[in-house]
Amino acid sequence: MENIVLEFPAGEPASGRAIAGVVASGDLEVLLESNTAHRTVVNITTSVHGMGRVWEAVLARIFSDGALPAAKLEINDSGATPGVVRMRVGQVFEQLTQTGGA
Amino acid sequence: MDTQELLERESFIELDARSRAKKLLDAGTFRELLDPFERVSSPWLARQGIVTQADDGTVVAKGEIDGQPAVVLGIDGGFQGGSMGEVSAAKIAGSLELAAEDNRNGIPTRAVILFETGGVRLQEANLGLAAIAEIHAAIVDLRRYQPVIGITAGPIGCYGGMSIAAALCTYLIATREARLGLNGPAVIEQEAGIAEFDSRDRPMIWSFTGGEQRYRTGLVDAYAGDDTGAIRAAMIERFRAGRPDACRSERVEEFLQRLSEVDAHAQPTPQQVAAIYAKEFLS
Repeated sequence: MENIVLEFPAGEPASGRAIAGVVASGDLEVLLESNTAHRTVVNITTSVHGMGRVWEAVLARIFSDGALPAAKLEINDSGATPGVVRMRVGQVFEQLTQTGGA
Repeated sequence: MDTQELLERESFIELDARSRAKKLLDAGTFRELLDPFERVSSPWLARQGIVTQADDGTVVAKGEIDGQPAVVLGIDGGFQGGSMGEVSAAKIAGSLELAAEDNRNGIPTRAVILFETGGVRLQEANLGLAAIAEIHAAIVDLRRYQPVIGITAGPIGCYGGMSIAAALCTYLIATREARLGLNGPAVIEQEAGIAEFDSRDRPMIWSFTGGEQRYRTGLVDAYAGDDTGAIRAAMIERFRAGRPDACRSERVEEFLQRLSEVDAHAQPTPQQVAAIYAKEFLS
Protein backbone atom coordinates (compact mmCIF):
# COMPACT_ATOMS: atom_id res chain seq x y z
CA MET A 1 0.00 0.00 0.00
CA GLU A 2 1.35 3.42 -0.94
CA ASN A 3 0.14 6.95 -0.33
CA ILE A 4 0.68 9.66 -2.94
CA VAL A 5 -0.41 13.31 -2.71
CA LEU A 6 -0.47 15.46 -5.86
CA GLU A 7 -1.50 19.05 -6.50
CA PHE A 8 -2.77 20.69 -9.67
CA PRO A 9 -4.06 24.10 -10.81
CA ALA A 10 -7.85 24.47 -10.95
CA GLY A 11 -10.73 26.90 -11.47
CA GLU A 12 -13.41 28.04 -9.01
CA PRO A 13 -14.37 25.79 -6.05
CA ALA A 14 -16.40 22.70 -7.01
CA SER A 15 -20.01 22.92 -5.86
CA GLY A 16 -21.09 19.87 -3.87
CA ARG A 17 -19.55 16.44 -3.75
CA ALA A 18 -19.68 13.20 -5.67
CA ILE A 19 -18.48 9.61 -5.56
CA ALA A 20 -17.71 7.07 -8.27
CA GLY A 21 -16.40 3.53 -8.35
CA VAL A 22 -15.73 0.70 -5.94
CA VAL A 23 -12.43 -0.53 -4.45
CA ALA A 24 -12.72 -3.77 -6.42
CA SER A 25 -9.91 -5.56 -8.22
CA GLY A 26 -8.79 -3.41 -11.16
CA ASP A 27 -11.08 -0.59 -10.09
CA LEU A 28 -10.93 2.40 -7.74
CA GLU A 29 -13.11 4.69 -5.70
CA VAL A 30 -13.00 8.48 -6.18
CA LEU A 31 -14.51 10.87 -3.63
CA LEU A 32 -14.79 14.49 -4.67
CA GLU A 33 -15.29 17.42 -2.31
CA SER A 34 -14.96 21.16 -2.78
CA ASN A 35 -11.60 22.89 -2.27
CA THR A 36 -10.42 26.50 -2.11
CA ALA A 37 -10.23 28.19 -5.52
CA HIS A 38 -7.48 27.48 -8.08
CA ARG A 39 -6.08 24.39 -6.39
CA THR A 40 -6.94 20.69 -6.65
CA VAL A 41 -5.39 18.21 -4.24
CA VAL A 42 -5.48 14.49 -5.00
CA ASN A 43 -4.82 12.07 -2.16
CA ILE A 44 -4.18 8.59 -3.52
CA THR A 45 -3.98 5.34 -1.59
CA THR A 46 -3.06 2.50 -3.90
CA SER A 47 -2.42 -1.21 -3.45
CA VAL A 48 0.29 -1.10 -6.12
CA HIS A 49 3.78 0.12 -5.17
CA GLY A 50 6.18 2.24 -7.21
CA MET A 51 3.70 3.76 -9.66
CA GLY A 52 4.00 7.37 -8.45
CA ARG A 53 5.26 8.70 -11.80
CA VAL A 54 2.45 7.00 -13.68
CA TRP A 55 -0.14 8.55 -11.35
CA GLU A 56 1.47 11.93 -11.86
CA ALA A 57 1.43 11.57 -15.66
CA VAL A 58 -2.16 10.28 -15.83
CA LEU A 59 -3.55 12.96 -13.51
CA ALA A 60 -1.49 15.75 -15.12
CA ARG A 61 -3.23 14.97 -18.41
CA ILE A 62 -6.60 15.47 -16.71
CA PHE A 63 -5.84 18.46 -14.49
CA SER A 64 -2.79 20.41 -15.70
CA ASP A 65 -4.72 22.89 -17.87
CA GLY A 66 -6.51 24.07 -14.72
CA ALA A 67 -9.92 24.00 -16.39
CA LEU A 68 -11.72 21.75 -13.88
CA PRO A 69 -13.32 23.06 -10.66
CA ALA A 70 -11.11 23.14 -7.55
CA ALA A 71 -11.57 19.91 -5.60
CA LYS A 72 -10.23 17.67 -2.90
CA LEU A 73 -10.09 14.18 -4.39
CA GLU A 74 -9.60 11.01 -2.40
CA ILE A 75 -8.67 8.01 -4.51
CA ASN A 76 -8.72 4.51 -3.06
CA ASP A 77 -7.19 2.29 -5.70
CA SER A 78 -7.09 -1.46 -6.12
CA GLY A 79 -4.85 -1.73 -9.16
CA ALA A 80 -6.87 0.20 -11.73
CA THR A 81 -5.30 0.80 -15.15
CA PRO A 82 -4.77 4.41 -16.36
CA GLY A 83 -7.85 4.10 -18.58
CA VAL A 84 -10.06 3.19 -15.63
CA VAL A 85 -8.54 6.03 -13.57
CA ARG A 86 -9.39 8.57 -16.27
CA MET A 87 -12.91 7.19 -16.59
CA ARG A 88 -13.64 7.30 -12.85
CA VAL A 89 -12.21 10.82 -12.40
CA GLY A 90 -14.23 11.95 -15.40
CA GLN A 91 -17.30 10.32 -13.85
CA VAL A 92 -17.12 12.24 -10.53
CA PHE A 93 -16.80 15.58 -12.30
CA GLU A 94 -19.64 14.60 -14.63
CA GLN A 95 -21.86 13.76 -11.64
CA LEU A 96 -21.08 17.17 -10.19
CA THR A 97 -22.36 18.95 -13.30
CA GLN A 98 -25.37 16.64 -13.68
CA THR A 99 -26.71 16.70 -10.17
CA GLY A 100 -25.14 19.84 -8.78
CA GLY A 101 -23.46 17.58 -6.24
CA ALA A 102 -24.83 15.14 -3.69
CA MET B 1 -35.47 -14.07 -21.16
CA ASP B 2 -35.69 -13.69 -24.94
CA THR B 3 -33.55 -11.30 -27.01
CA GLN B 4 -36.00 -8.43 -26.87
CA GLU B 5 -36.33 -8.70 -23.08
CA LEU B 6 -32.56 -8.89 -22.81
CA LEU B 7 -32.18 -5.65 -24.74
CA GLU B 8 -34.88 -3.84 -22.81
CA ARG B 9 -34.03 -5.00 -19.32
CA GLU B 10 -31.92 -2.98 -16.91
CA SER B 11 -29.37 -5.30 -15.34
CA PHE B 12 -29.42 -5.36 -11.53
CA ILE B 13 -26.26 -7.42 -11.22
CA GLU B 14 -24.18 -4.80 -13.05
CA LEU B 15 -25.18 -2.03 -10.59
CA ASP B 16 -23.05 -1.18 -7.57
CA ALA B 17 -24.65 -1.36 -4.11
CA ARG B 18 -25.58 2.34 -3.96
CA SER B 19 -27.31 2.24 -7.36
CA ARG B 20 -29.11 -0.98 -6.42
CA ALA B 21 -30.47 0.65 -3.27
CA LYS B 22 -31.62 3.72 -5.23
CA LYS B 23 -33.47 1.55 -7.73
CA LEU B 24 -35.24 -0.52 -5.08
CA LEU B 25 -36.50 2.51 -3.14
CA ASP B 26 -39.40 4.60 -4.46
CA ALA B 27 -38.08 7.23 -6.89
CA GLY B 28 -36.69 10.31 -5.16
CA THR B 29 -36.82 8.90 -1.61
CA PHE B 30 -33.18 7.68 -1.36
CA ARG B 31 -31.24 9.16 1.54
CA GLU B 32 -27.96 7.63 2.65
CA LEU B 33 -26.97 7.27 6.30
CA LEU B 34 -23.28 7.13 7.25
CA ASP B 35 -22.41 7.99 3.66
CA PRO B 36 -18.85 7.60 2.33
CA PHE B 37 -18.02 11.24 3.10
CA GLU B 38 -18.41 10.53 6.81
CA ARG B 39 -15.49 8.17 6.33
CA VAL B 40 -16.52 5.53 8.78
CA SER B 41 -14.26 2.93 7.21
CA SER B 42 -12.43 -0.11 8.53
CA PRO B 43 -9.84 0.77 11.18
CA TRP B 44 -8.15 -2.62 10.66
CA LEU B 45 -7.44 -3.03 6.95
CA ALA B 46 -4.90 -0.22 6.49
CA ARG B 47 -2.79 -1.66 9.31
CA GLN B 48 -2.64 -4.86 7.29
CA GLY B 49 -1.64 -3.02 4.11
CA ILE B 50 -5.07 -3.24 2.48
CA VAL B 51 -6.73 -0.25 0.80
CA THR B 52 -9.99 0.67 2.52
CA GLN B 53 -13.25 1.80 0.95
CA ALA B 54 -14.79 4.95 2.44
CA ASP B 55 -18.15 3.27 3.24
CA ASP B 56 -16.53 -0.09 4.13
CA GLY B 57 -18.41 -1.64 1.22
CA THR B 58 -21.87 -1.32 2.76
CA VAL B 59 -24.56 1.21 1.92
CA VAL B 60 -27.32 2.15 4.38
CA ALA B 61 -30.17 3.76 2.41
CA LYS B 62 -33.34 5.09 3.99
CA GLY B 63 -36.43 5.89 1.97
CA GLU B 64 -39.76 4.39 1.06
CA ILE B 65 -40.81 1.21 -0.67
CA ASP B 66 -44.36 1.03 -1.96
CA GLY B 67 -45.03 4.22 0.03
CA GLN B 68 -43.93 2.71 3.36
CA PRO B 69 -40.76 3.61 5.33
CA ALA B 70 -37.89 1.30 4.46
CA VAL B 71 -34.17 0.80 4.83
CA VAL B 72 -32.07 -0.94 2.19
CA LEU B 73 -28.76 -2.43 3.31
CA GLY B 74 -26.59 -2.99 0.29
CA ILE B 75 -23.37 -4.96 0.40
CA ASP B 76 -20.94 -4.25 -2.43
CA GLY B 77 -19.52 -7.58 -3.54
CA GLY B 78 -16.61 -5.92 -5.32
CA PHE B 79 -14.89 -4.65 -2.17
CA GLN B 80 -13.11 -7.50 -0.36
CA GLY B 81 -15.64 -10.00 -1.70
CA GLY B 82 -18.46 -8.27 0.15
CA SER B 83 -16.94 -9.52 3.39
CA MET B 84 -18.34 -8.37 6.72
CA GLY B 85 -15.90 -6.39 8.83
CA GLU B 86 -16.49 -4.62 12.10
CA VAL B 87 -17.88 -1.48 10.43
CA SER B 88 -19.84 -2.95 7.53
CA ALA B 89 -21.54 -5.56 9.70
CA ALA B 90 -22.27 -3.03 12.46
CA LYS B 91 -23.91 -0.74 9.88
CA ILE B 92 -26.30 -3.58 8.95
CA ALA B 93 -26.93 -4.77 12.51
CA GLY B 94 -27.46 -1.23 13.82
CA SER B 95 -29.85 -0.34 11.00
CA LEU B 96 -31.94 -3.48 11.57
CA GLU B 97 -32.07 -2.77 15.31
CA LEU B 98 -33.23 0.81 14.64
CA ALA B 99 -35.86 -0.46 12.19
CA ALA B 100 -37.24 -2.78 14.89
CA GLU B 101 -37.19 0.14 17.34
CA ASP B 102 -39.15 2.22 14.80
CA ASN B 103 -41.79 -0.51 14.69
CA ARG B 104 -42.09 -0.55 18.47
CA ASN B 105 -42.65 3.22 18.26
CA GLY B 106 -45.38 2.86 15.65
CA ILE B 107 -43.28 3.57 12.53
CA PRO B 108 -43.62 0.58 10.19
CA THR B 109 -40.03 0.58 8.85
CA ARG B 110 -39.13 -2.50 6.85
CA ALA B 111 -35.80 -3.76 5.63
CA VAL B 112 -34.18 -5.19 2.53
CA ILE B 113 -30.70 -6.71 2.64
CA LEU B 114 -28.67 -7.13 -0.54
CA PHE B 115 -26.51 -10.18 0.08
CA GLU B 116 -23.39 -10.12 -2.04
CA THR B 117 -20.94 -11.56 0.41
CA GLY B 118 -18.50 -14.32 1.20
CA GLY B 119 -19.30 -13.94 4.92
CA VAL B 120 -16.94 -12.74 7.61
CA ARG B 121 -13.89 -10.64 6.64
CA LEU B 122 -11.00 -12.82 7.73
CA GLN B 123 -8.77 -9.79 8.44
CA GLU B 124 -11.23 -8.63 11.09
CA ALA B 125 -12.01 -12.10 12.41
CA ASN B 126 -13.94 -12.12 15.67
CA LEU B 127 -15.21 -8.54 15.32
CA GLY B 128 -16.89 -9.47 12.05
CA LEU B 129 -18.23 -12.74 13.45
CA ALA B 130 -19.66 -11.02 16.51
CA ALA B 131 -21.39 -8.42 14.36
CA ILE B 132 -22.81 -11.12 12.06
CA ALA B 133 -24.36 -12.74 15.13
CA GLU B 134 -25.91 -9.34 15.92
CA ILE B 135 -27.30 -9.21 12.37
CA HIS B 136 -28.91 -12.63 12.90
CA ALA B 137 -30.53 -11.53 16.15
CA ALA B 138 -31.71 -8.25 14.63
CA ILE B 139 -33.34 -9.99 11.64
CA VAL B 140 -35.24 -12.34 13.95
CA ASP B 141 -36.34 -9.35 16.04
CA LEU B 142 -37.46 -7.18 13.10
CA ARG B 143 -39.27 -9.95 11.22
CA ARG B 144 -41.80 -10.14 14.06
CA TYR B 145 -43.12 -6.76 12.85
CA GLN B 146 -42.35 -6.51 9.15
CA PRO B 147 -41.08 -8.85 6.46
CA VAL B 148 -37.28 -8.73 6.14
CA ILE B 149 -36.44 -9.39 2.51
CA GLY B 150 -33.08 -10.69 1.36
CA ILE B 151 -31.97 -10.39 -2.25
CA THR B 152 -28.97 -12.20 -3.64
CA ALA B 153 -28.45 -11.29 -7.26
CA GLY B 154 -24.85 -12.23 -8.01
CA PRO B 155 -22.15 -12.43 -9.11
CA ILE B 156 -20.65 -13.02 -5.64
CA GLY B 157 -23.56 -14.89 -4.09
CA CYS B 158 -24.06 -15.39 -0.39
CA TYR B 159 -21.89 -17.54 1.86
CA GLY B 160 -20.69 -18.17 5.37
CA GLY B 161 -22.38 -16.53 8.33
CA MET B 162 -24.29 -14.28 5.98
CA SER B 163 -25.93 -17.31 4.32
CA ILE B 164 -27.44 -17.94 7.76
CA ALA B 165 -28.61 -14.32 7.81
CA ALA B 166 -30.18 -14.85 4.37
CA ALA B 167 -31.91 -17.99 5.61
CA LEU B 168 -33.34 -16.06 8.57
CA CYS B 169 -34.98 -13.50 6.29
CA THR B 170 -38.74 -13.70 5.92
CA TYR B 171 -38.34 -13.97 2.17
CA LEU B 172 -35.35 -14.51 -0.07
CA ILE B 173 -35.16 -13.49 -3.72
CA ALA B 174 -32.45 -14.82 -6.04
CA THR B 175 -31.45 -14.69 -9.68
CA ARG B 176 -29.97 -17.47 -11.80
CA GLU B 177 -26.55 -15.86 -11.39
CA ALA B 178 -26.65 -16.03 -7.59
CA ARG B 179 -25.36 -18.82 -5.39
CA LEU B 180 -26.27 -19.59 -1.83
CA GLY B 181 -24.36 -21.87 0.50
CA LEU B 182 -22.79 -22.10 3.93
CA ASN B 183 -19.36 -23.06 2.56
CA GLY B 184 -17.97 -21.93 -0.76
CA PRO B 185 -16.96 -24.52 -3.40
CA ALA B 186 -13.22 -24.31 -2.68
CA VAL B 187 -13.80 -24.90 1.04
CA ILE B 188 -16.00 -27.94 0.38
CA GLU B 189 -13.41 -29.39 -1.98
CA GLN B 190 -10.63 -28.79 0.53
CA GLU B 191 -12.54 -30.43 3.37
CA ALA B 192 -14.39 -33.25 1.58
CA GLY B 193 -12.23 -33.98 -1.45
CA ILE B 194 -12.49 -33.33 -5.15
CA ALA B 195 -14.66 -36.43 -5.69
CA GLU B 196 -17.28 -34.86 -3.44
CA PHE B 197 -17.15 -31.37 -4.91
CA ASP B 198 -14.97 -30.14 -7.78
CA SER B 199 -14.63 -26.38 -7.26
CA ARG B 200 -13.61 -25.87 -10.92
CA ASP B 201 -16.80 -27.43 -12.25
CA ARG B 202 -18.97 -24.35 -12.54
CA PRO B 203 -22.08 -26.00 -14.07
CA MET B 204 -22.04 -28.55 -11.22
CA ILE B 205 -21.66 -25.79 -8.59
CA TRP B 206 -24.62 -23.85 -9.95
CA SER B 207 -26.68 -27.04 -10.38
CA PHE B 208 -26.56 -27.53 -6.59
CA THR B 209 -26.10 -24.06 -5.12
CA GLY B 210 -27.33 -21.70 -7.86
CA GLY B 211 -30.39 -19.49 -7.44
CA GLU B 212 -32.61 -21.62 -9.65
CA GLN B 213 -31.90 -24.84 -7.74
CA ARG B 214 -32.25 -23.07 -4.40
CA TYR B 215 -35.67 -21.92 -5.55
CA ARG B 216 -36.64 -25.45 -6.60
CA THR B 217 -35.59 -26.76 -3.23
CA GLY B 218 -37.51 -24.18 -1.20
CA LEU B 219 -34.52 -22.28 0.16
CA VAL B 220 -35.39 -19.26 -1.98
CA ASP B 221 -38.92 -17.85 -2.25
CA ALA B 222 -38.81 -15.91 -5.49
CA TYR B 223 -36.72 -16.48 -8.57
CA ALA B 224 -36.22 -13.43 -10.78
CA GLY B 225 -34.31 -12.64 -13.96
CA ASP B 226 -31.46 -10.14 -13.93
CA ASP B 227 -33.81 -7.20 -14.39
CA THR B 228 -34.11 -4.33 -11.93
CA GLY B 229 -37.84 -3.95 -12.58
CA ALA B 230 -38.51 -7.67 -12.08
CA ILE B 231 -36.52 -7.78 -8.84
CA ARG B 232 -38.26 -4.69 -7.47
CA ALA B 233 -41.64 -6.16 -8.43
CA ALA B 234 -40.82 -9.46 -6.69
CA MET B 235 -39.74 -7.51 -3.58
CA ILE B 236 -42.95 -5.43 -3.47
CA GLU B 237 -45.08 -8.54 -4.02
CA ARG B 238 -43.46 -10.18 -0.97
CA PHE B 239 -43.85 -7.07 1.18
CA ARG B 240 -47.54 -6.97 0.29
CA ALA B 241 -47.86 -10.67 1.15
CA GLY B 242 -46.74 -9.81 4.70
CA ARG B 243 -45.53 -12.28 7.25
CA PRO B 244 -46.15 -15.97 6.41
CA ASP B 245 -47.53 -18.39 9.01
CA ALA B 246 -44.01 -19.58 9.66
CA CYS B 247 -40.66 -18.28 8.42
CA ARG B 248 -38.27 -20.80 6.90
CA SER B 249 -36.17 -20.99 10.04
CA GLU B 250 -39.32 -21.80 12.02
CA ARG B 251 -39.90 -24.85 9.82
CA VAL B 252 -36.81 -26.75 10.90
CA GLU B 253 -38.68 -30.06 11.37
CA GLU B 254 -39.88 -30.08 7.78
CA PHE B 255 -36.38 -29.49 6.50
CA LEU B 256 -34.85 -32.11 8.78
CA GLN B 257 -37.38 -34.63 7.57
CA ARG B 258 -36.37 -33.98 3.98
CA LEU B 259 -32.69 -34.18 4.87
CA SER B 260 -33.31 -37.62 6.35
CA GLU B 261 -34.62 -38.78 2.97
CA VAL B 262 -31.32 -38.03 1.25
CA ASP B 263 -29.24 -41.15 0.67
CA ALA B 264 -25.77 -40.10 1.81
CA HIS B 265 -24.15 -43.28 0.42
CA ALA B 266 -24.52 -42.26 -3.19
CA GLN B 267 -23.65 -38.97 -4.88
CA PRO B 268 -26.99 -37.20 -5.25
CA THR B 269 -28.01 -35.45 -8.44
CA PRO B 270 -29.57 -31.96 -8.46
CA GLN B 271 -32.81 -33.56 -9.70
CA GLN B 272 -32.93 -35.97 -6.74
CA VAL B 273 -32.33 -33.15 -4.30
CA ALA B 274 -35.04 -31.05 -5.93
CA ALA B 275 -37.48 -33.99 -5.88
CA ILE B 276 -36.99 -34.48 -2.14
CA TYR B 277 -36.95 -30.82 -1.11
CA ALA B 278 -39.57 -29.41 -3.46
CA LYS B 279 -42.44 -31.26 -1.80
CA GLU B 280 -45.02 -28.73 -0.66
CA PHE B 281 -42.42 -26.00 -0.52
CA LEU B 282 -43.19 -24.26 -3.76
CA SER B 283 -45.88 -21.67 -3.38
